[in-house]
Amino acid sequence: MTDKTMNTVDSSPVDATKRTLLKGGVAAAVITLAPGITLRTVEAAVTGPATQAKRWGMLIDATAPEGVWDLAVEACKAEQGWGSDHNKSGKANAATDPQWIRKVSIKNPKTGAKASLPVMCQHCANPPCVDVCPTGASMKREDGIVLVDKHICIGCRYCMMACPYSARSFVHEPVEMQKPHMPRGKGTVEGCTMCVHRVDKGQQPACVEALNKAGSDAIMFGDLNDPKSDISRAVSKYVTQRIRADLGVEPGVHYRGI
Amino acid sequence: MRSASRILSLTILGFAIVIMGLGSGLSAAPAQAGEVPLPNPAKAFKGEQCVEPIDVMRRDHFEFLKHQRDETLREGIRGKKYSLNACIDCHAVTSPDIAGGKLRTLKPFCAECHSYAAVSIDCFECHSGAVQPGIGSEIGKQSALPPNHEQLKADKALITLLKGHLDPTSPQGGTGQ
Amino acid sequence: MAADTTIYKEIEGKGGDYYSLVGWLAVMAAAGFGSMLYMEHYGHVVTGMTNAVVWGTPHVFAVFLIVAASGALNIASISSVFGKTQYKPLARLSTITAVALLAGGLMVLLLDLGRPDRLIVAMTKYNFKSIFAWNIILYSGFFVIVLTYLWMMMERRMVPYSKKMGLLAFVWRLALTTGTGSIFGFLVARPGYDAAIMAPMFIAMSFAFGLAIFILVVNVAYRASNRPLGDFILFEMRNLLGVFIAAALYFTVTQHLTNLYAAEHAGIEAFILWDGGIYTFFFWVVQIGLGALFPLALLFNPATGRSCQGIMIASILVIVGGLAQLYIIIIGGQAFPIPLFPGMEVSSSFFDGAVHPYVPSLLEILLGLSGMAVSLLIIAIAVKYLPLMPTSLSDAKVDPNHVAAE
Repeated sequence: MTDKTMNTVDSSPVDATKRTLLKGGVAAAVITLAPGITLRTVEAAVTGPATQAKRWGMLIDATAPEGVWDLAVEACKAEQGWGSDHNKSGKANAATDPQWIRKVSIKNPKTGAKASLPVMCQHCANPPCVDVCPTGASMKREDGIVLVDKHICIGCRYCMMACPYSARSFVHEPVEMQKPHMPRGKGTVEGCTMCVHRVDKGQQPACVEALNKAGSDAIMFGDLNDPKSDISRAVSKYVTQRIRADLGVEPGVHYRGI
Repeated sequence: MRSASRILSLTILGFAIVIMGLGSGLSAAPAQAGEVPLPNPAKAFKGEQCVEPIDVMRRDHFEFLKHQRDETLREGIRGKKYSLNACIDCHAVTSPDIAGGKLRTLKPFCAECHSYAAVSIDCFECHSGAVQPGIGSEIGKQSALPPNHEQLKADKALITLLKGHLDPTSPQGGTGQ
Repeated sequence: MAADTTIYKEIEGKGGDYYSLVGWLAVMAAAGFGSMLYMEHYGHVVTGMTNAVVWGTPHVFAVFLIVAASGALNIASISSVFGKTQYKPLARLSTITAVALLAGGLMVLLLDLGRPDRLIVAMTKYNFKSIFAWNIILYSGFFVIVLTYLWMMMERRMVPYSKKMGLLAFVWRLALTTGTGSIFGFLVARPGYDAAIMAPMFIAMSFAFGLAIFILVVNVAYRASNRPLGDFILFEMRNLLGVFIAAALYFTVTQHLTNLYAAEHAGIEAFILWDGGIYTFFFWVVQIGLGALFPLALLFNPATGRSCQGIMIASILVIVGGLAQLYIIIIGGQAFPIPLFPGMEVSSSFFDGAVHPYVPSLLEILLGLSGMAVSLLIIAIAVKYLPLMPTSLSDAKVDPNHVAAE
């Protein structure tokens, strides 16, 4: 029996944000082999665990031109793979197709003043969806991102009853060709993940990145706990408001210009 | 009266069994009659050794995946040794039953042993299992499956080992599932 | 009164009537199971439920049965906890009715899940902050406690303990209905819910719905098995039903008066009471008119209140009114839009600011009815194999003040 091992070295350049996330550094597989079989190892930068040191949040500028919100919605669909589930059944069904983020138009009936803004999961600090979930599938990460653990979601939809923002959708139809980073399945509940798979790698959520590429900073993303972050500075500069702040759920998504 | 209480307690017991059976009955795979051919999963076309020795993988792969899925989803720990996408990267194969053989997915590889052992998993209810952009980017560049990968790569020693392991009549058989 | 001389005996359960009843119930149960398989295969897209109305007709039936279950236990509680001995002979049937209704309701709830195959997850993973998870414990406990209570009443050696068990069952059932009402009471986001009154209102509703079902079960079971059923026990239950209907009505009135007083809730109140279309119709005509006022009139009118038919019709109406009330609470409460920006006109592609349409699908109705069928099936089978029904409920057997006529 020949024993071969191979050590791997973290030689890949890692950007600054990513480095702060590193904990385990590198996972190197050291393997004892069966006869005649050579070695294969996995190497990758290990991220996490998420801690309370961070509080991810967003600041949305409701005075931005309306068109950018359509761009954000399309970017989310493309990144996460929702919005085309009816392809199999062949017909779109507005009432049952998932919507992780939507453009909401508001109008003051007395004055006629109008605004338009995107609404998605508000990533509450006290999320009602997490409180009511019987199995703990609806959960909040230490860094404030609210997710559905579809491994243990039983599809009772109580979180959808509890959410003040209608932020979650139930998957009403079979889904195929889900994105590798975003498993989705019939009979479970889903919603905005704040692009957790990107955030963990030090990237921006897809909607933010798409807007940035288009030259808009209408959605700002960052760590609300870090006083030096752009979002913290902006939040301390402008009076922001949060949707249904009266409920005390402490959303992580701030708006200005409503 | 005595017999009545016995009937009642049996009723309670039966009720519990029905309730429990309802859950398992929904997910249980139908049993196949007759001789079931031994599983013969395709050899990984990429690399020569899995992240753990083969007997460990055979026994504990689901524990690794389950542990890792919870860490990843609930704590944001990514990039560790075990990952379903890494399984796809190496083990996804084509099958005439899936997308006319045009798509390389993990399903046939998993199904090979799972159907033999009558194990029903629901990973693929949500995970597509298909090779797509984004898979393998952490590990290495993506490669296409050679059409004759089984002949090219199949390791005789490995297949023999596997067959011996699964054959209840062999000395080391029966220890696996 | 001397020692309990009531004789309990299984019913014959041999005639064609019995088998056709059981057969039809089994067919209905199978239809519900078939609906579930169809829904599982195609997804919930085949139902009337949507991302805005996430709980539909199955939940109306499920909650109705669960609420009625705890109410059906009342006859047993009244006899052992409150010492009303005239109800004692019906205690066994009352407990089995309670268990059967809960089982039927839970089955509907379970079969409507997006992933019913994950029942084991629901039973092993608990989020202890969730009222839903508390309810799972309350429901499981209800089965254990009520069946133990039944066993203690039936097992001679255990009879002395049955009274304490009855008290526990009574406390537990109050907790259970509080939990069921709080499923809605705890929802801060929706103006139709978010009220502590949901818990006591559901308890009052459970008294009325459970007793209405029980009166029908007793009547049908005694008539079909040719056992004597005296007026005394029937009139006792009639009086009780009247009080319970009034109690449920009182909570409904209080709920809406409180909401009407707060300008904040003007929207939802106008929706239910004035311009909500089907929900307004259900409220005034079915819940209040047919489900409360008309049955009260039937029960306390000397002509109809002293006839078995009158009491049975009143009971049926209470059930119809109860289903309407839960339809208004569950579906009406979701159909009314969540106020995202109070005071503003809101619109979006996700139905913000608009009343959400909902039409029940046949699948949902079949699934809901199958829960009722399963409940009745359990009762029908239980009375055949267990000595649950007294051989006679004639006035001579039941009425403590009965004086033999002639």
